[in-house]
Amino acid sequence: MGKVIVVTSGKGGVGKTTSSAALGAALAQNGEKVVVVDFDVGLRNLDLVMGAERRVVYDLVNVIQGEAKLTQALIRDKRVETLYLLPASQTRDKDNLTPEGVEKVIAALKNAFDWVICDSPAGIERGATLAMRHADVAIVVTNPEVSSVRDSDRIIGLLDSKTLKAENGERIEKHLLLTRYDAARAERGDMLKVEDVLEILSIPLLGIIPESMDVLRASNVGAPVTLADGRSAPALAYFEATRRLKGETLPVTVPGDKRSFLGKIFGRKAA
Amino acid sequence: MNPFRFFSRAQSAPAARERLQVLLAHERAATGDSDLVNKLRDEILKAISKHMQVDDEKVSIKMERGAQVSTLAVDIEIPFDAGKKAA
Repeated sequence: MGKVIVVTSGKGGVGKTTSSAALGAALAQNGEKVVVVDFDVGLRNLDLVMGAERRVVYDLVNVIQGEAKLTQALIRDKRVETLYLLPASQTRDKDNLTPEGVEKVIAALKNAFDWVICDSPAGIERGATLAMRHADVAIVVTNPEVSSVRDSDRIIGLLDSKTLKAENGERIEKHLLLTRYDAARAERGDMLKVEDVLEILSIPLLGIIPESMDVLRASNVGAPVTLADGRSAPALAYFEATRRLKGETLPVTVPGDKRSFLGKIFGRKAA
Repeated sequence: MNPFRFFSRAQSAPAARERLQVLLAHERAATGDSDLVNKLRDEILKAISKHMQVDDEKVSIKMERGAQVSTLAVDIEIPFDAGKKAA
C-alpha cells in the first residue's frame, strides 16, 4: 500500500509544483515507484514543469468521468522509469472533480505505487480540499514571507479538520518545506528566519530549499530540479528532504551556510 | 545616496514575526467566528435601538488587535431628541 502525500500551501506561487516534481523525481531516482498527481484542474502546470506537456492525452477528469482508464492517463517519465504523472484537465471545470471519483482514483494509485504525491492547487476551495482529503502526510510549502506564512497557518487548520484522517480522529502528519530561503537576507534581518517560521507554524521541518536560479533553469527545460542538476543547491536540499520523508533523521542544514541548523542553535559546528 | 544606509537600515524581519504572531493568535481563536466585530456591532446597535433611534451612519466601531488584549471602541452620536422617539 502506497503512501499518499499532499503538497499544499494555500498561497500560490510558493513552489508547490516545483516541490512536487522535485520530490517525486528524487523518490523515483531511488527506485521507488512514484506517481505525481496534478489537482490544479483548469490551470495545470505539473506536466510543463516535468517536461511531459506534449504527451498528455487523457487526464484526471477523464478518468473520474469514466472516459479513460487510469493506465491510459498515466504518463511515464522518459528519464526515470519508476516516475509517473497523472495530469490535470486544462479545459474542464474543477466541479468535475467529485469526491467519489477522487477517492476511487487515489485508492487505485495507492495499490499500484509506493508514493502518491498530490500537487494541490492554491486556495482553500474544492480542488485544494480534495487534494488533501486522502493524504497520510502533508507537506506545507511556505516562503519566509508574511502572506505565505499566514496562508500556511490556515491550511494547517484545514489539514487538521477537513482530511479523512482528521475526521477519523487520527493525526495527519504535517511537515514544513521552507522554499526560496535566502540565508544571507535572513542573517541581515530582512527575511524571516527558519526559527521564526518554525516557531509560528509549529510543525516539524522537512527541509529548506534555497532561493536559486537552478529552479527556474530546471523548469525552463522541463525537468524536475533534482533531475536537471542533481548537484545544485536546491536539488541537494530536495534529496535531503526526501530522506527525511522516508523517516531518516538528519540534521537540517541551512543552504549557503556550512553549519547545520541545529548546530547553529546549540552553537556547534556540524560534523 | 548614502552607502552606509544599507548597513544601518532597521531590520524588518522582527516586525514581520511580531505582526504574524499577533494576527495568527487571533485568526486561530476566531475559527468559525471570524465576523466577531460585525456581530458585536449589530448586537450593540440592537440593544441601543431599544431605547432610542440611532442613525447607522453616526456609529463608528474600531477594533485594535493586540498580543494580550484587543480593544473594541464603539462611538455613537446621540441626537438631542433621541429619547422621544423610543416607544
